[in-house]
Amino acid sequence: MSLHTEHDFGTPAVDGPATVGVEVDGLRVQVPEGTSVMRAAALAGVDVPKLCATDSLDAFGSCRLCLVEIDGRRGTPASCTTPVADGMVVHTQTPKVAKLRESVMELYISDHPLDCLTCPANGDCELQDMAGVVGLRQVRYGQDGANHGDAEKDHSNPYFDFDPSKCIACSRCVRACGEIQGTFALTIEGRGFESKVSPGAGESFMDSECVSCGACVQACPTSTLQEKSVVELGVPTRSVTTTCAYCGVGCSFKAELRGDEVVRMVPLKDGGANDGHSCVKGRFAFGYASHPDRALKPMLREKITDPWREVEWDEAVDAVARGLLDVRQKYGVGSIGAITSSRCTNEEVYVVQKMVRAAFGNNNVDTCARVCHSPTGYGLKQTFGESAGTQDFKSVASADVIMVIGANPTDGHPVFASRMKQRLRQGARLIVADPRRIDLVRSPHIAAEHHLQLQPGTNVALVNAMSHVVVTEGLVDQDFVAARCEGFDEWARFISGEEHSPEAVEPLTGVPAADVRAAARLYATGGNGAIYYGLGVTEHSQGSTMVMGMANLAMACGNIGRDGVGVNPLRGQNNVQGSCDMGSFPHELTGYRHVSDDSARKIFEDLWGTTLQAEPGLRIPNMFDSALEGTFRALFVHGEDIAQSDPNFHHVSAALEAMDLVVVQDLFLNETSKFAHVFLPGASFLEKDGTFTNAERRINRVRSVMKPKSGKHEWAIVCEIATAMGYPMHYDHPSQIMDEIAAVTPTFAGVSFDKLDRVGSIQWPCDDQAPLGTPIMHAESFTRGLGRFVPTPFVPTSERSTRKYPLVLTTGRILSQYNVGAQTRRTANVAWHGEDVLEIHPHDAEVRGILDGARVTLTSRVGETALHAKLSERMPTGVVYTTFHHPISGTNVLTTENSDWATNCPEYKVTAVQVALARPGVGADAVGAADWRTAAAELAD
Amino acid sequence: MSGSEFTELRLVNDILANLSYLPDDEAASALAGHIERFWDPRMTVRLRERVAADESSVSTVVVDAVARLG
Repeated sequence: MSLHTEHDFGTPAVDGPATVGVEVDGLRVQVPEGTSVMRAAALAGVDVPKLCATDSLDAFGSCRLCLVEIDGRRGTPASCTTPVADGMVVHTQTPKVAKLRESVMELYISDHPLDCLTCPANGDCELQDMAGVVGLRQVRYGQDGANHGDAEKDHSNPYFDFDPSKCIACSRCVRACGEIQGTFALTIEGRGFESKVSPGAGESFMDSECVSCGACVQACPTSTLQEKSVVELGVPTRSVTTTCAYCGVGCSFKAELRGDEVVRMVPLKDGGANDGHSCVKGRFAFGYASHPDRALKPMLREKITDPWREVEWDEAVDAVARGLLDVRQKYGVGSIGAITSSRCTNEEVYVVQKMVRAAFGNNNVDTCARVCHSPTGYGLKQTFGESAGTQDFKSVASADVIMVIGANPTDGHPVFASRMKQRLRQGARLIVADPRRIDLVRSPHIAAEHHLQLQPGTNVALVNAMSHVVVTEGLVDQDFVAARCEGFDEWARFISGEEHSPEAVEPLTGVPAADVRAAARLYATGGNGAIYYGLGVTEHSQGSTMVMGMANLAMACGNIGRDGVGVNPLRGQNNVQGSCDMGSFPHELTGYRHVSDDSARKIFEDLWGTTLQAEPGLRIPNMFDSALEGTFRALFVHGEDIAQSDPNFHHVSAALEAMDLVVVQDLFLNETSKFAHVFLPGASFLEKDGTFTNAERRINRVRSVMKPKSGKHEWAIVCEIATAMGYPMHYDHPSQIMDEIAAVTPTFAGVSFDKLDRVGSIQWPCDDQAPLGTPIMHAESFTRGLGRFVPTPFVPTSERSTRKYPLVLTTGRILSQYNVGAQTRRTANVAWHGEDVLEIHPHDAEVRGILDGARVTLTSRVGETALHAKLSERMPTGVVYTTFHHPISGTNVLTTENSDWATNCPEYKVTAVQVALARPGVGADAVGAADWRTAAAELAD
Repeated sequence: MSGSEFTELRLVNDILANLSYLPDDEAASALAGHIERFWDPRMTVRLRERVAADESSVSTVVVDAVARLG
């Protein structure tokens, strides 16, 4: 496969009908009104020379290379900033403009190092290309005059270099940082000859506010901003289009290689989710895939205290199959099960749940979505009829009021955050509901109109109060409710109760009633209202209630079923949506059909040639309980580190230790593998072949950039285990697995690898009625027919702060790291976040004698760990915050078994804790955080 | 640890609290429906045993819901 280069049309596309006719160098073209002459020319097949223009950025008109002549107009206007007019006749190749361009280029080159042959961008440099295009043969001015050749280089960023001597001051990097990323970390400092690109106020890139999204590097037409990997490995020679394996945004990338080595990841301009943008993780943090920590051989051991023994695949597969059959024979059909992973492809997840249902003979399959977005599936199914978000990401461009609840998009979903910030800069109004003052509350050119800084655990009280305002102040969209919904009258009576008024709940939420009323009025009357939410909604004991509460609010205001509105979960991992779609909940088959549904079950039974259980299996927390009870004895853990990510480490570790067989498949020997008897090496996203489904239901292809380093695809290994257990499963290619998914799943009926390769991506439902997918759901009617209002009583969590544990710990993630850090900790991203820290309000710190950077102990009713403190006024008093990216921190030693009432999703977001200055030689600090597990076990004993 | 007994009771009490807007009869029906829809049968067995052993330890709605389980 050759290097895929995307055509640059010079200026962005303009929406609208192609009503304007233009002639360019004798070629006629029809374009929408407002299109630039440069873009019209490119669409006609004529590329006008350019340097400061690129179609991801608004026209700037500074380089003067794109000059053209237009009949009837004087001079030589810049084609990038000149809009077309009907009947316009443009000439791009006249002697006059050719001479001008050559002169302009001569000036550029006179202050540019003439080191093309040794430059890392040689062959991939627009300046070099344009010099050739304009026919530059000589530079009359020599190199002896004043120039920027000695400008100081900045190598501070771990992923790219900044060499200002090669800068042509086109401002593409500055504009990319502002227009695309929305960080505004770069500027042009100085005037005239002194003009230079500067991160912040003359700082280095690392010291500036730069978030290393790489938009500037991609926009740079020279080698001024250059990936270190290109410097080291050379310019790529081929590319493979694939999908990022980090968050639920699901960005499309070109993996660009030189030989078999990945040189860089370049976001795909046509990527449906990302439109050519990326974040620091997706663009740069792919090095974990080739990290020496990768475990590439299957391994066995009799006891978890034994050393690992490397074996061949046949022996490992046989050991797994034999072990599972032995346990099942001895303890019954319900004694074995599996956990699927949201990091794996749809095809991998599908075969794991098929193995469980058909080869294991039970429904004991659950997915790591249990601990993140299972309340989304429950809540949206109950109200709308479908366990998925309602919109595509592009929809935010039509939102007038954006409400972000329990999500931190700039850190957790940065590429979508950039899209959201573009809309906010255009004037959309913002409501943020979050205990922390997240970056979105106030950042360059953005300010939330309302920051509802609620107490952790009071989401439902807040959303009920907003709905109370909508109902009692007559702000309901009566027409929408009457035509599209049911249960409104009962719900309206419930929500009108005085106990739900903003004034009544203010003591609970801590949010001034006037702010709640104002925010509710804004959401209800401000035009298109869009809700975006994250784990700050779901990971509570009332997570499902809150999802339904938001759905109620959206329906009451008519904010469902069109562009710019909706209820939108920002999924944590790359394939959370897909893993749920693929039937990896113990009560649901693919497409969210209950296992008790005889007609649905029959489809699978007929195709799979076996009988399926009609009763739900165990959910992950129930697996742990049943293991301790002795009825659940063997677990296949596919690509999830439950020992680190699941709450209450003591409970999880005791359950794992109680099992007769634990099989772990992963890239690395993770925390869970410490309890495993079999380790099966997994494949990184660069090795996988299949599909991921992102948070907007978009199914994207994941293509093998290289062969699996372990020698086998994960789906093939699962098939071998099932076959060895006596249930033959065989596919020649993952496309056949997708064909089977399509055959048994109505919402995937029209999906195939062939179609995905043709159209790029598809948002399910995809069937005969919607052969190219469904960007926006519930447009004419809800999936369940009528949208259902569900009363949502506020039931406070039983996890309360007390005199012994007076603070509330809430957890989250940061931009540079990802989940338990297995991937990002094995990249240079540790430069930004080498350890998890405890954010604490200065007042809470002061009364405890804690200074910024001090080591503190953090104690909950189930465990203790130690972290360094970071004093932060982002936090309200009484609430502390940390991340869980480093296993050494042992955050989940502290979290409890409290869970969402409907789905058992753990309540990660509320844990009562005490924080104290760590004294040398006492508590967790005595043993050091690296030994927290030992210390915790001793404490438990 | 034999936390399972506690777990099932905790779960039904949590579910019931979130169905508080319903009259008792409807709440019992909804609770039974939720259990049948989402619980592994062994959890239902444990709940049945616990309720049978000491009905006074749970609310009448839970007793009613358990009686409705198939």
